[in-house]
Amino acid sequence: MTFTPSKETYTGKVYPVSVGTAPHEVVFGGENILPFHTFEGSSPNRPLIAHEIQDVPPYDWPEYLQKPFQDVSNDPVSWAKFCQETLGAGAIALRLIGTHPDRENRSPEDAAKTVKEVLSSITIPCIILGSNHTEKDSAVLIAAAEAAKDRNCILGKAQEANYKTIAAAAMANNHKLIAMSELDINLSKQLNILLTQMGFDKERIITDPMSSALGYGLEYTYSVMERIRLAALTQNDATMQQPILADVGLYVWKVKETQASENDVPQWGSLEERGIAWEAMTATAFLLSGAGFLIMRHPKAIEAVGKIIDELI
Amino acid sequence: MALTGVEIFKLLPKTNCKKCGFPTCLAFAMKLAQRQASLDACPDVSEEAKQKLGEASAPPVRPVTLGIGEKAVKMGEETVLFRHDKKFVNPCVFALAIRDTLGDDEIKNRVDTVLHSEIDRVGQKLKVDALALIHESNDPVRFGSVAGMVAGMAPEVPVIFCTSDPQAAEAAGKIYSDKKPVIYGANSGNLEAMAAVAKTNKTILGVAAKGLEELAALTEKTKSLGIEDMVIDSGARTAKEILEHNTLIRRAAIKKNYKPLGYPIITFAYRDDSLAEALIAGIGVAKYSSIVVLNSIEQWKNLVLFTLRQNIYTDPQVPMQVEQKVYKIGEPTAESPLLITTNFSLTYFIVSGEVENSRVPTYLAVMDCEGLSVLTAWAAGKFTASKIAQFIKESGADSLVSHRELIIPGYVAILSGALEDKLDGWKVTVGPREANGIPAFMKTRMS
Repeated sequence: MTFTPSKETYTGKVYPVSVGTAPHEVVFGGENILPFHTFEGSSPNRPLIAHEIQDVPPYDWPEYLQKPFQDVSNDPVSWAKFCQETLGAGAIALRLIGTHPDRENRSPEDAAKTVKEVLSSITIPCIILGSNHTEKDSAVLIAAAEAAKDRNCILGKAQEANYKTIAAAAMANNHKLIAMSELDINLSKQLNILLTQMGFDKERIITDPMSSALGYGLEYTYSVMERIRLAALTQNDATMQQPILADVGLYVWKVKETQASENDVPQWGSLEERGIAWEAMTATAFLLSGAGFLIMRHPKAIEAVGKIIDELI
Repeated sequence: MALTGVEIFKLLPKTNCKKCGFPTCLAFAMKLAQRQASLDACPDVSEEAKQKLGEASAPPVRPVTLGIGEKAVKMGEETVLFRHDKKFVNPCVFALAIRDTLGDDEIKNRVDTVLHSEIDRVGQKLKVDALALIHESNDPVRFGSVAGMVAGMAPEVPVIFCTSDPQAAEAAGKIYSDKKPVIYGANSGNLEAMAAVAKTNKTILGVAAKGLEELAALTEKTKSLGIEDMVIDSGARTAKEILEHNTLIRRAAIKKNYKPLGYPIITFAYRDDSLAEALIAGIGVAKYSSIVVLNSIEQWKNLVLFTLRQNIYTDPQVPMQVEQKVYKIGEPTAESPLLITTNFSLTYFIVSGEVENSRVPTYLAVMDCEGLSVLTAWAAGKFTASKIAQFIKESGADSLVSHRELIIPGYVAILSGALEDKLDGWKVTVGPREANGIPAFMKTRMS
């Protein structure tokens, strides 16, 4: 019984999505294989990792996560430049968390101003995220989309409750769009269909099936991502062929394992190494299950995941 | 190749006696073909049929148990490529590498860290399962004496002996005969001699090759020498190779029932940088390795790897549950709000996360609804007014708070009236429908 490897041929393909403007434009997605299965097809683009920055100081982040940014995080412009110039970021994800009514409740105009300033200080691609307050995001992201007109950003996140206004803003200002649903392949598919029905180009959507942290529902996100990729590739389902986003940092940095000190839980070992590893491992798992675009926070976790990507491609 | 249900049926007694638990022999045959039943269930099957079916009905990845007694770990028996299809069966074994060139004290330290690696996580006790003794000294006597030392210190911990020297393998193997260690190091150059050592000492044989083709040929040859229990190494060391080889191995075993690669996989994740090693090990966990050998096992790294293994090997068809109890979020006092929800783990994680986001210290009562989410539990009659009332009294939630207000999920607003009837003197407040409304809800209450 000699061995002949059983190679799969996939009928479908993931759309390539570009972000940013020439000569600093970046493309991700575009593969016709399951993640990193380069032995049976092609994966022309490397997964993209965006460094997360925020419009307000990240006082709610654990101290050791704030520290690498302590000299710059008071000002989103310095923070963005630091990521581009010092950390060599491939992209910036600007989260307008300060617009949330329970946070600083910044106005859409303030948010637009921040977006403009950040964009004028960097050349790398930019992802613009709301505060995940569905009503407020509608207003904030319309203003942000206008402020970023023609910079080919990724705008997010459109959800079932607010997709119409946000998608319209993305369309009018030539941006890509993150469509987020909550851990259900059917909801994810449905939102993509709703968006295309209103005339939004399906090849300009990035799917966010909702991320989670290692130990806190990771297996759900992992399996939803795998199922989306299988539907896209083996069933050639055109409504599931968008690249997948894993918004890793947002979920990882609020779980107990990234917060509890070694004094409180001595059996968990060093807090800083634990937290960094938590983010890096969560990201690695999602790369394996189908994410082509990651948003992360800790520079060391991003660096480690970058090296793993080097090894995988 | 696997037999079809009809082919299996022809070999069965065709008496439809139902002793196997299925209504007919044909139904049983279909289950056997899908590997959802075991031939042992048929008391009347002929020896001839047993032999024919044995090979065909054997699990695609051979079950192999490493070690004996309480700390023995099962490997193999996997049936799928993707965890959403069916539960991954036997969680990957973590082993710490110990080189025989280290001083005795250092060896003792490393054995000790393995012995003390256990961490409790959501009710499961997780640990580094095994030791991998690496023969680097070139001295079979030294390897044997390190094996003896480890056997003395940690007699119950399963061991993988990594050596390609049959003399060293024998020196260690004889100390562990009847303890089911792995002797890893059979290759194209030493196969007969290593197989003889494995056979004499009744060990599992680790077979190492360069590439999948050579690996398949080697396992065939090993089997012809009378050894069935193997773990296999294709030589994959980089992330890309591990993913590719492990995928092709699992695919060949599951989809083609290709026996020469139907064995548990051993992966060496060694990296100088511990975080990089953790991530490579993570690829092994997610992508089909049955043993991952590590250079270092810091506590933070163990927690990360144990948690990933737990997540990946969770049964996708059984809702994950958290323990029924009143959870404290922040440092609540007798005046703090009391919320109730169900014990579906995802519900709990999302609700508790949002309560944390609200920064309001809170008691969160989590009621056992067999792992169902709020709406499903309500529809199934497990999250009803009388059951909630009973739970609030029995859980002692009513003695934790001085007020008499219970906040229920918005989806079960319909229960509020009935619940106020059952909980005498209590006010029932309807909270938001979705967890992401909790911070705003809490804020409004505070102001």
